[in-house]
Amino acid sequence: MSRFITILSLLALSWQAGAATTAIVNGKIHTVGPQGTIENGTVLIVDGRIAAVGEDVDIPADAETIDANGKVVTPGLFSPFGQLGLVEVSSSANPTDYSQRGEQFTASFDVAAAYNPRSTLIPINRIEGITRALIAPSPGYPDESGKGHILAGLAAVVNLGDDNVLDQRAAAMVVVLGESGAALSGGTRTAAWLTLRNALDEALDYREHKGDFERGMRRAYTHSMTDLEALQGVINGNTPIIVSINRASDIEVLLQLVDDYSINAIINGGSEAWLLADKLAAARVPVIVGPTANLPGSFDRLNARRGSASILMDAGVTVAIADSDARTHNARNITQSAGNAVGDGLDWDAALRAITLTPAEIFGMAATTGSIETGKAADVVIWPGDPLELTNYPEAVFINGVAIPMVSRQTLLRDRYLQTEKPPAYRD
Amino acid sequence: MTGCDKQGADDGPAPFASRYEGLPAQTTLITGATLLTGTGERLENADLLLVDGKIAGVGPGLSADGADVVDASGKWVTPGVTDVHSHLGVYPSPGTQSHSDGNESTAPVTAGVWAEHSVWPNDPGFTTALAGGVTSLQILPGSANLFGGRGVTLKNVPGRNVMDMKFPGAPHGLKMACGENPKRNYGGRGQAPATRMGNGAGYSSAWIDAVDYRDQVRAAEKGQGTAPKRDLQLETLMGVLDGEILIHNHCYRADEMSIMLDIGKEFGYKVGTFHHAVEAYKIADLLAEADTCSAVWADWWGFKMEAYDGIRENAAILDQAGACTVIHSDSAIGIQRLNQETAKVMGAAARVGMEIPPERAIGWITSSAAKSLGIEEQTGSLEAGKMADVVIWDGNPFSVYTRAERVYIDGALAYERGNDDVNPKTDFSLGTTAAGGAQ
Repeated sequence: MSRFITILSLLALSWQAGAATTAIVNGKIHTVGPQGTIENGTVLIVDGRIAAVGEDVDIPADAETIDANGKVVTPGLFSPFGQLGLVEVSSSANPTDYSQRGEQFTASFDVAAAYNPRSTLIPINRIEGITRALIAPSPGYPDESGKGHILAGLAAVVNLGDDNVLDQRAAAMVVVLGESGAALSGGTRTAAWLTLRNALDEALDYREHKGDFERGMRRAYTHSMTDLEALQGVINGNTPIIVSINRASDIEVLLQLVDDYSINAIINGGSEAWLLADKLAAARVPVIVGPTANLPGSFDRLNARRGSASILMDAGVTVAIADSDARTHNARNITQSAGNAVGDGLDWDAALRAITLTPAEIFGMAATTGSIETGKAADVVIWPGDPLELTNYPEAVFINGVAIPMVSRQTLLRDRYLQTEKPPAYRD
Repeated sequence: MTGCDKQGADDGPAPFASRYEGLPAQTTLITGATLLTGTGERLENADLLLVDGKIAGVGPGLSADGADVVDASGKWVTPGVTDVHSHLGVYPSPGTQSHSDGNESTAPVTAGVWAEHSVWPNDPGFTTALAGGVTSLQILPGSANLFGGRGVTLKNVPGRNVMDMKFPGAPHGLKMACGENPKRNYGGRGQAPATRMGNGAGYSSAWIDAVDYRDQVRAAEKGQGTAPKRDLQLETLMGVLDGEILIHNHCYRADEMSIMLDIGKEFGYKVGTFHHAVEAYKIADLLAEADTCSAVWADWWGFKMEAYDGIRENAAILDQAGACTVIHSDSAIGIQRLNQETAKVMGAAARVGMEIPPERAIGWITSSAAKSLGIEEQTGSLEAGKMADVVIWDGNPFSVYTRAERVYIDGALAYERGNDDVNPKTDFSLGTTAAGGAQ
């Protein structure tokens, strides 16, 4: 016999990881998959995966049934870039584990081992629907001698659950070009391009002469062996480079380089990418867009504008969405980023896809997550209404089929200060 | 050109006085809209009449001969948005070193500098803010110093110089900063202040000097003793003590805000507004009692230790406690969507049973913001006699999909979505952009 549970009582329950069978019924389901939007349907979760989704789904007798009562169901949200789990307080408070420094480990600087699933940022963001994230290194500021490195290292994909959190190591290699790359390369972007080409050339040479190198019979490389090993993934096409770059002319140089080396690239930011939409589509280079970044914040971004997500998608470019202030501490605000893109003309379903399935595809996770389809991990969110609307927050969130407690440090602070009896330290 | 010196009042406006004249305006009748007045009222299917730059009528069934009639059925109309915390013009786009003019980081007390002397009117951020419905804004110095200098309130209308933009009759603000920024900035150089206690002594020492200066000035006015040499710093601080200049105090932690209120008590000045006030929700009662406004974000947190306890419900808890509540941006991007930031708080508050209707929440970015800036008599609400600073939105302003359709400043159409003939572009946009201006 199945038990009906309201969403509110679900909030108070704790679930065993992967063991439960759950049926969400009477939901308006945006699958972001081939089934499109199911006006009134069921999502069946078994052992952490979507077992079935549709209008007519047989619900097993032992299922806990949640009546969504017409509410909206979407896949979990995928933060396409940031430092979730790698930082608590950004400035002057703790070591920053994501800042690559020094010369010994650049390409190989791997943040995966520094991810902390108990970071307070995790509950704060997952209760608002973020279920997966790409977590990335960033280059440290140039040190006293002016040295930094444009190869910031290896990003990873994590899920915001409590166990088995590391989904994919070395999901992408972070490369910083443009004016930021220039600052890291002694002040000129020419030097940044040379640095990148040199790294790729050395990686190729190392691949062909590894035995000689190990016998000390090959020329010295500027990169460490660890870095050269990490670069193998880039030159063999398995590890895309994810490039911070904005100016159109720099993007053209990047496209040429990507073609020269037959590597894969993703553009992070791309303020002026819209000027090259057709070329980006032809080169199959995805772009992570910040829809509200419309000011010429620097000379690399003179042509920043609203509406670039639509322009790029119309030309056939793969686009994921996250404003720069909707990463890390406020990764949860990617719904506002997507909503703004819709307000600027983007199709609503395309906007939802840009914060769910598209980032999953970009980082090789599409078989696992990003849409509500049979066989995928049960990353599911129940919303009171339109998930992109600012006044709507999730009522329930499942990660790998596990319902997460809808509690965070911020809800605890809120609840403490909504009480008025007793001094704060003695309140619940 | 005339000579440099224009000393007498007979020769035109006093130095640095507002020369704002406003754009050409005509009588306008906006009809059939949902009006949020900024005074807590919501009127359905109502009209708004703008005459000679002022609001002349609010309510259903208005008419006016010869008016430009704007059919706003299905649309929402609010007072113009006011941002009390902006660095447009002093930290403009593009963010080059050469015009980073927001922090005179050469000494911890620089009360004598005026942000308006740094304002670059060609910052394209002014025009994008206008597209977001912003009609008035306060440009502040940054928070590197204990006393950062005077802020200035502007009308969001382009000008060749800051005097053309200055809000007529608006008081100056004085920027102060608590917490991490001043002590990190100066302590990092081995100078005072290096700690929060150093900050505290810094404020108090400056006020002691200001009280002494004021006493000498007052005495001299009564013929007792000679007036001290004019001192820009002490003159500004004296302006605060005399109630003419409003305090705008960047301060995050509840304990620090409490201390700043006590420093105000000690020296006899009012803390007009705390800015950022990330922990204001912890002392909402104290703030209400002090009649101190709090200008906050919807949800920025965690970028500094003093911002670690930020919660979305901050503004809501303040509002429910009866404290003056303002949403600000401190961002050239955020200023374009203060309506959206407000909406996020409304939604969060509703989840814990605090229903804050649109007609109340709109006050956080209109009437309360105007109060914080000391311009509530002139603007910030749709009331007859006030400046016709008005926004027509294409829907409920608290939806992420809504955009400002028209923005009126002193009754003149300052912005119309999609109309290149109306919408301003600053000089910087010429020749630098493919799309013809920041959009």
